[in-house]
Amino acid sequence: MKFPIYMDYHATTPVDPRVFEAMKPYFTELFGNPASRNHSFGWAAEDAVEKGRKQIASLIGANSKEIVFTSGATESNNLAIKGVAQMYAERGNHIITAATEHKATLDTCKHLEKEGFRVTYLAVQANGLIDLNQLREAITDKTILISIMYANNEIGVVQPIAEIGKLAKERGVLFHTDAVQAAGKIPVNVIADNIDLLSISGHKIYGPKGVGALYVRRKGPRVQLTAQIDGGGHERGMRSGTLNVPGIVGLGEACAIAQAEMAEESKRMAYLRDKLKDRLLGALDECYINGTMESRLPNNLNISFAFVEGESLLMGINDIAVSSGSACTSATLEPSYVLKALGAGDDLAHSSIRFGIGRFNTEEEVDYVAGKVIDVVQKLRELSPLYEMHKEGIDLTKVQWTAH
Amino acid sequence: MAYSDKVLDHYNNPRNVGSLDKADPTVGTGMVGAPECGDVMKLQVKVNPSTGIIEEAKFKTFGCGSAIASSSLATEWLRGKTVDEALAIKNTDIVNELSLPPVKIHCSVLAEDAIKAAIDDYKKKSGN
Repeated sequence: MKFPIYMDYHATTPVDPRVFEAMKPYFTELFGNPASRNHSFGWAAEDAVEKGRKQIASLIGANSKEIVFTSGATESNNLAIKGVAQMYAERGNHIITAATEHKATLDTCKHLEKEGFRVTYLAVQANGLIDLNQLREAITDKTILISIMYANNEIGVVQPIAEIGKLAKERGVLFHTDAVQAAGKIPVNVIADNIDLLSISGHKIYGPKGVGALYVRRKGPRVQLTAQIDGGGHERGMRSGTLNVPGIVGLGEACAIAQAEMAEESKRMAYLRDKLKDRLLGALDECYINGTMESRLPNNLNISFAFVEGESLLMGINDIAVSSGSACTSATLEPSYVLKALGAGDDLAHSSIRFGIGRFNTEEEVDYVAGKVIDVVQKLRELSPLYEMHKEGIDLTKVQWTAH
Repeated sequence: MAYSDKVLDHYNNPRNVGSLDKADPTVGTGMVGAPECGDVMKLQVKVNPSTGIIEEAKFKTFGCGSAIASSSLATEWLRGKTVDEALAIKNTDIVNELSLPPVKIHCSVLAEDAIKAAIDDYKKKSGN
């Protein structure tokens, strides 16, 4: 085994060596600008970009003409939400999203609120999923866009996308989904699910950083966007700027590999994830899984180890790269807003670890991680006054704490 | 963020972990912090009533590595000190000893609060 063990695949992924090989020529000999229409350098680059476009479109059931390249999913989300808001401002000024969205969505919505748009942030249920009835009730005749992420980046829960898409279509509202964590991991189909706009990122699916895409529906309805970056009118005027050819080749190749291997890979991910879960829950009491296991990415596990603080846990497992929902280093000491939105107490949010299993993890690594986490949680609980009180039968919610 | 060697040492080998009998009249208990803030420290001292010297100090902490180290260090410092000497320990002493970065200063403040709370409790119990 090689240390440290990387198990934080929701944050980013290494570039798959096959993807890297595909990209290489486009840095050096095939360096042309796809906008150069009058020589072979440009044609070669354009061919590569169009191949990438097809590979991405194929992964999500779209037409390649519906793919707009961006610098990543943050830009894709900005373009989708601001682009729709500005283009359809005369039709309405209301946007619906959810409290557990990525900051790229939430902060974009907050920006629009300052410009006079009204935004509804749907609460989520304890299982992490939105309530479709609440969504239905939130739609007004002023609603122009629903933006709900496909799968959550912290807790991996998969939202009822098909139902949301159906509802949006019935009510004549556009539907955008941030599919950064879902695309390439689970089947995604923009036609079947009535998705109008979909964001995707290269570096979450074993492609390079700095490249992403936005699917923009062309038929039924034809979605229009106000460009956020002006210039040479690339990407049908929706996103100017010389195309990142090696990045696009990499994103395309990553999509093709993900599509070809998804069935097998997702089975392996679920096996490893479930093994990790079963070992942790088998050895440790008072562990809580955040978010439903019923509708979840196969590679995600987010657990709160009650009575143990997340950062101290990470310190004990410093040969394993994972993430904690506790942000003890920030001035505000605010734990994860996603976990708080589930209604988990702040104490449990501070005690959470996100495991993101990926393509290059081995079963041996999963076994090591399980054993190490169990050891450190047990050690920290020996040190924890809260665990001691819990064992004495004291109800911690009834204690008068001296908040600081 | 990198931890100082001293924080790592206290985290890996915490000193004086445990609990003393709360009901013992010579034991003072201080519990500070709150679970929702991500830090709870319990610090206990056992004082020799005739000399006023702290003979034992124990802690348990729920919190980040710096919080664990701050309380572990505090118990080391408390042993052998008189009650009044203990009250003179300042959070800045802990910050300097452990080289805590600015974002972790609250851990040292919490440790100072825990010392004061434990001594207060002892004083109340012993009628001083």
